[in-house]
This record gives sequence, C-alpha cells and structure tokens, in this order.
Amino acid sequence: MAYSDKVMDHYENPRNVGTMDKEDKDVGTGMVGAPACGDVMKLQIKVSDDGVIEDAKFKTYGCGSAIASSSLLTEWVKGKTLDEASEIKNSDIAEELALPPVKVHCSVLAEDAIKAAIKDFQDKQ
Amino acid sequence: MDRNYFELFALPVSFEVDISSLSERYQDLQRSAHPDKFTNATDRDRRLSMQQASMINEAYQVLKDPLKRAQYLLNLNNVDTHSESNTVMDTAFLMQQMELREALDDIMDASDPLASLESFSADIESQIRNLISQCQTCFSDNTEDSLKKAEGLTLQLQFLYRLREEAEDREEALL
Repeated sequence: MAYSDKVMDHYENPRNVGTMDKEDKDVGTGMVGAPACGDVMKLQIKVSDDGVIEDAKFKTYGCGSAIASSSLLTEWVKGKTLDEASEIKNSDIAEELALPPVKVHCSVLAEDAIKAAIKDFQDKQ
Repeated sequence: MDRNYFELFALPVSFEVDISSLSERYQDLQRSAHPDKFTNATDRDRRLSMQQASMINEAYQVLKDPLKRAQYLLNLNNVDTHSESNTVMDTAFLMQQMELREALDDIMDASDPLASLESFSADIESQIRNLISQCQTCFSDNTEDSLKKAEGLTLQLQFLYRLREEAEDREEALL
C-alpha cells in the first residue's frame, strides 16, 4: 500500500523520538496497544507548572502510519495546554496524514495515547 | 452451510482439539469436496462444491491455530473479539511488550545475534504456551467471567504472535 508523502516524511524523519523518566512528577506517560496489528505506542509529555505541555516524546513499534500518527501528535501537543491537547481528535490526525480507512485505527491509537498520558499526569498530581 | 466449524469436522465444540484427528478429517473432507469430482456436475453443484471447499479450508485454518480457535470459540459464545477499537490495555503488559521489542532491536547488535535470537524466541514461545494453557482453563471453566478472561488472553496472544513473526523475520534476515 502506498503511504502519503506526509506519512513517509514522519516515518523517515520521526520527530521527538525518545523516552522521559516516567517516575518524574511532571511527566505523564501513555501506553497503548493495538492487538489487531500488535502495535505498541508510548507517548510521554512534560508539563510545566502552569499546565502547558513543554515537551513530548514517543516510541512506537508498529507500521508507518502508527509511527507517523504519534510523531505528528508530539509536534501538535507541544505548547498546548492539557485541555487543548485532550481535544485533539483522531480524525484530525487521519486527515492531516491522509490515512486510508484501513489505517485510521493508527490515529485512534495516537488519540488514546495522549489521553492516557494526560490522565497519568493528572493522577500523579 | 450453517454448521459451525467444529460440527463440520465432527469434533466436540471445545478449545482442546486433537490435531491428528483434525488433519485426518481435513483430508477426508477435502477429497469429498474436490472440484475435480464435479467436472461433469451442473454449474450449481460445481459452485456449491467450491464454496464447500473454501469453507473447509477456512475452518481448518481456524481450528488448527490456538489463537484463531480461541477467537472463534469466543464468537460462538457471543463474545466480540473485534479488537481494533480496543487500545487501552494493562499498562504493565504493554510496558513489557515495549521492552521485548527493544530487546529484539538490541539483539541485532549483539556479538552472536543468531544465538541471542534463539533464546529470545524460546522465551516468546514459552509465554505463548503459557497463555494458551490459561485459555484452556478459561474455556473449560466456561463461565461468563472465565470467557471474559479468555478474551483478554487472546488480546495478549495477538501481541506475542506479532512479536514471534517479527523475530522470525529477523532470523531470516540473518541467515
């Protein structure tokens, strides 16, 4: 299957790959997985005192679309408040990356990952 | 046509399947539905025999594989195994899956990658066996709770199957 240019770009030059200390009080970690394809995604956010996402990192084992979805998401959430970040919809990601219907679940994974990361951060406070 | 796969193979509806009877039955069924037998038949009979042959094939693939068999049994029990929308799982399990994938990446840089890969695969294989044996218990208990648990186990199995494939691909690349 042909990937869109945007997916290829994120796949070949993924942004913000990395890991933060998940024990850090300012860090929220979201772990999600897609059993259907065995993809595993970890998304981490570092939140400032005034509730703004200062930094975001991801690590994804999965197909190009899953990697691109999480890479794009880390770019999007930086500088956003937690409320703004939680409003990102998988359809926004799917549209930006021009994901075909069979790959839309990769963007769902990314949306669930940011939600899980925000929840993890909030649970820690 | 609306017999379930177990009935088609004259096997009890159970997670425990005797693989040798399954293969034997498969060969018998395949022979009886072989399209060559229907060269002089009417179009309708030929079409039916082809449908039958492909159903037999599909049923065999499902019954011989523990994961597919578990999913099929859950579906027969009206448990939905449509896992695409099911993304949030036990965090500890997902962390462990992430670590296993990282370990697999590291293996490729090891001094003897083939040997490391072999012990990695043996570990995955034993985790798969362990999950399958837990499935077995759940299906023989056959309560609402145990089937729910079996569903969770099949989700975990899917990750390990994927990892096993990944390990096999790496092995092929090394050979």
